[in-house]
Amino acid sequence: MRLRLAAAAVALLLALAVPVGIRAQQRGAAAAARSARDSAPIDLTGYWVAYITENWRYRMVTPAKGEYRRIPSSSAAVPIINAWDPAADERAGNQCKSYGAGMIMSVPGRLHITWQDADTLRIDIDAGTQSRLLHFSASPAATSASASPSWQGDSKATWERATGQNAGGSLHVVTSNLRAGYLRKNGVPYSERTTVTEDFDLATLPDGGRLLLVNTVVEDPVYLNGPYVVSPHFKNESDGSKWEATPCSAIW
Amino acid sequence: MFCHLVTRLVARCVAPALLLIVLAASEAWAQFDFVGSWAPIGSEDVQNDSVPVDYLGLALTEEGRARALSYNGSQKSTFEHQCQGWGAAYMVLGPFGLRVSTQMDPVTKNVLSYTIGAWEDWNEMIIWMDDRPRPTGHALHTQAGFTLGHWEGNALVARTTHVKAGFIRKTGVPLTDNASIDWRFYRHGDVLTVLMVATDPVYLVEPEIISKSFRLSRTPLDYRQECVPSFEGREPGEKVPHYLPGQNPFVEEFGKLYHLPLDAVLGNRETLYPEYRKKIRDTYVPPPPCTQSCGQAGNFVLQP
Repeated sequence: MRLRLAAAAVALLLALAVPVGIRAQQRGAAAAARSARDSAPIDLTGYWVAYITENWRYRMVTPAKGEYRRIPSSSAAVPIINAWDPAADERAGNQCKSYGAGMIMSVPGRLHITWQDADTLRIDIDAGTQSRLLHFSASPAATSASASPSWQGDSKATWERATGQNAGGSLHVVTSNLRAGYLRKNGVPYSERTTVTEDFDLATLPDGGRLLLVNTVVEDPVYLNGPYVVSPHFKNESDGSKWEATPCSAIW
Repeated sequence: MFCHLVTRLVARCVAPALLLIVLAASEAWAQFDFVGSWAPIGSEDVQNDSVPVDYLGLALTEEGRARALSYNGSQKSTFEHQCQGWGAAYMVLGPFGLRVSTQMDPVTKNVLSYTIGAWEDWNEMIIWMDDRPRPTGHALHTQAGFTLGHWEGNALVARTTHVKAGFIRKTGVPLTDNASIDWRFYRHGDVLTVLMVATDPVYLVEPEIISKSFRLSRTPLDYRQECVPSFEGREPGEKVPHYLPGQNPFVEEFGKLYHLPLDAVLGNRETLYPEYRKKIRDTYVPPPPCTQSCGQAGNFVLQP
């Protein structure tokens, strides 16, 4: 009887102890088998409004021509910064240069995040009427050698899962194949060789609201001497009643 | 006999060992290595060079604005204030990096606390991780306050209370001793992002939300520097420098320098949302082209 009890105790403890790691692996394997939507560790969908408490002077208004403070612009960028001509950009059809993936999350506006399909997260942005598609599986555009650069480029997304009781995690996004654009409204450039790496995290606010934090690292071997790092944040909104799509503008 | 020995072995050795494994596995959830030196990246601007009246990005109450406008930076030149330092919020507002160490329980080897090392004008912050009770409201309030933390998913989450009445900007924007600060620390690769949500029922209409990123440094940071008060032009016993209501001479300086609307400079809530950008579209006139200190590490850009 004692032996049975002891064996049962060992079995119970083994059942509790050993599978801690195995369960995590199983969760990972199971998540891999399911779609990105079904296995999402955090829910990013909904309406989000930019809350401008940082870089206000560079985001809410157009800074002085020639100013690029806090951006590690290279010497190759300086002539372009000093030659910035928003009217010329408008005439050339480049009015969306400050709405590309290198800057769009810092533009004051609202996001509407939805699932376009089971493996594609879609971010619509009302400022500049832009759309980003975050592909969890290889997109046709990404695999095509002829894919032309675009304002929002091609984004590859992966979930970074936190292991443990409270679970959760982050969304990791790497964007390339970008059309050359601006890091600020006043013409601080990034090139087509730019890579934008973003991590999306959620936080709960003291009033129970939700906050979306997008840590953004912009790397450009042409116009930046080092990574440009910003972390814009967004408050959750209950609906899209304040959504107001506006076109790109180089002048404002 | 054999059964008895097995039973005793299980009871005395194997079971406790397995129990420890279970407990240890349960404790090891979702933690990143927080310890080390984290250098500031500084791509985002909050304080705009500490121009005297700059409350951009804040949602102040009328009381908070009035109190801020009464502040004279010369207060820090008085003997009794020179070594006062800045409050907990300065972690993400100041220019320095983070030097994080940990303290372990000598018996259980669990993390008791993390300490973010002091700078010359910022006191060290201890984040207690051992679920100790928070002190009562009557307990001592300090510049660093009292901070409890725990792991939540992929983030270190902490809350600071018991702060001394102080400032949330070096420009004199006040914070009461009823304020609380919620922190989240995220690590992605070698980048640590600190999210601060400061709440004050008296001086802030909405929480002040700031995020700042740091990069793991291979060389240890050390900002310790003893503060020694010295004569800075103010004798003990002189009146505390201040501005009476309506007499702050710097109210319009920042706005004129960068062509910014006064209601934004003075920290009005509506200026934090995208609608405000649309509101000022037809009245905003960009400043003239930058002619000096225009680059990454420049200070003032334009001359008035």
